Amino acid sequence: METLMSLLVGLFFTIGTYLILSKHVLRIILGTSIITHGVHLLILTMGGLKNGGPPLLGESFAAFTDSLPQALILTSIVINFAVTALFLVLSYQAYQKLGTVDMEKLRGTCDE
Amino acid sequence: MNNLVILPVIIPVMAGLVMVIFRKNIRLHRSVGVLALFALIVVSFLLIFQIKSNGIQTLQAGGWRAPYGISFVADMFAALLLLSTGMVTLCCLLYAFPSIGREREEHYFHPLFLFLIAGVNGSFLTGDLFHLFVCFEVMLISSYVLISLGGSKVQLQESLKYILVNVVSSSLFLVAVAYVYALTGTLNLAHLSVVVAKLGQNGLMTTVALLFLLVFSIKAALFLFFWLPESYSAPPTAIAAVFAALLTKVGIYTIFRMFTLIFYHEPQITHQVIGIFGAVTMVLGAIGAVAFSDIKKILTYNVIVGAGFIIAGLASFTADGITGSVFYFVHDIMVKALIFLLGGAIIQLTGTSKWNEVSGLIRNHPYLGWMFFIAALALAGIPPLSGFLGKIFITKGTFQAEYYWLGAIGLVTSLMVLYSMMKVFMNVFWGETTLSREMEKGTTKGLLLPIGGLTAVSVMLGVGAEGILPYVRLAADSLIVPAQYIEAVLGLGEA
Repeated sequence: METLMSLLVGLFFTIGTYLILSKHVLRIILGTSIITHGVHLLILTMGGLKNGGPPLLGESFAAFTDSLPQALILTSIVINFAVTALFLVLSYQAYQKLGTVDMEKLRGTCDE
Repeated sequence: MNNLVILPVIIPVMAGLVMVIFRKNIRLHRSVGVLALFALIVVSFLLIFQIKSNGIQTLQAGGWRAPYGISFVADMFAALLLLSTGMVTLCCLLYAFPSIGREREEHYFHPLFLFLIAGVNGSFLTGDLFHLFVCFEVMLISSYVLISLGGSKVQLQESLKYILVNVVSSSLFLVAVAYVYALTGTLNLAHLSVVVAKLGQNGLMTTVALLFLLVFSIKAALFLFFWLPESYSAPPTAIAAVFAALLTKVGIYTIFRMFTLIFYHEPQITHQVIGIFGAVTMVLGAIGAVAFSDIKKILTYNVIVGAGFIIAGLASFTADGITGSVFYFVHDIMVKALIFLLGGAIIQLTGTSKWNEVSGLIRNHPYLGWMFFIAALALAGIPPLSGFLGKIFITKGTFQAEYYWLGAIGLVTSLMVLYSMMKVFMNVFWGETTLSREMEKGTTKGLLLPIGGLTAVSVMLGVGAEGILPYVRLAADSLIVPAQYIEAVLGLGEA
């Protein structure tokens, strides 16, 4: 299971990297989002999959799943959500002001 | 247990939240901002004295014991940086009052400024790896907004790239955190140190350490500084000065923490790589500082040189080298903000950022001119001023560790830094006065006070070095002997 998950994480990173290397700002933002999801899966995998019951007191399981990775992922999802939203708004603002979302055209110094 | 430790994070957050409610009341924003920063400075002084007499101060959030809860730890290193942060941000805020513009102030400049400081202070104080990530994000998201606030074309263009670089490096940070968790099963820095020491720093662990180094190098503008010069030239002066003084320094601080507390077992690999990064950074930064004719660009490249030089002390990994780094760290925070404010004042006066288009400013603006001169000398480390002692110790440290090349590069690049600053000074301030008072684009009214304040602090750091040195030594000691930190957090004996 862990091997399968690792391959999936690799796939996410590949897609994300490909998107980030493209010219369109929207694709780049989607790329960062996909990479972050890959990272979340990685944290889950690194914490170990399926080795115990839900981490609730009072339940009679021999072993509990480690709940820390899930807490980390939850926090990270919230942060990623905020950053992606901000990034999208900024790219829209940039499109309105600069008239382009092509990274090639956003190089160098532009005149005020 | 000491509740004082969390105040440097709580004060700016609370003050910022109050401000958000009263959006239009700029006077309230200003006074609350100044009060909060004053409170920060007072708290940092208290912390410094407590640490001096009672050792490292800790707070376990919510009373959860160390490896399980989130710890806040204030050792001398962190406390000194807190104090410098307080002083620098206060000066930058005072500089922002007349220069930032009402439009920005009404669009939450002050709350964002304080949230940024909360993130910076949190990163200095946290004792938990994931919480460090959260504090980084608090700081970065505030900086994303600050860098694009105002929405001029160049700001929008640069903020897109700045955010992209930081989002990718934050993802890599999380990847490294995940690997560390898989290898050790803990994220508490002190506990990590114990576990890594017990398991031994094997190849896998060293690889993860290098991944951390890569991540923090992007944030600290160490070696991977390609994003910095453009982004730091975009925002207004007061914001750029805070970025230059603090944001990259947080990255350097975390490199120090990680490689003195946790990954210190294989210095021949990790610290050598750090040394090479430092050397390359200094050389490339100095070349950039000498090459450009734009004052903003020269200043941003000086930020890069500073990062490389601080890291050189860590690479040497000797008592003297680390002492020098701590001293230079404090000096660099002050003086980088100072030169950015000075550069901003020059640009405000003349309306151009090219040094070869202005001359003879000193006739009408003697104070500005002499303070620029002092800042330039301090930056290069000329004896009575603040950079000198740090440079001596770092150079001594690198020679003791037999990294002669690193020390030599440090000294040569200092000369290049001095040349780049003197070039600006001689061209802008000396020569025929081409700009009469009537032709000036702006005024320095209100700008000289914060600049003067920072200059005074910088001179005092140099002249009063004897009095500060015991504190710096204490900070270096707690970095070199990780046992102090571990004992304070995991609390052997104390519950």
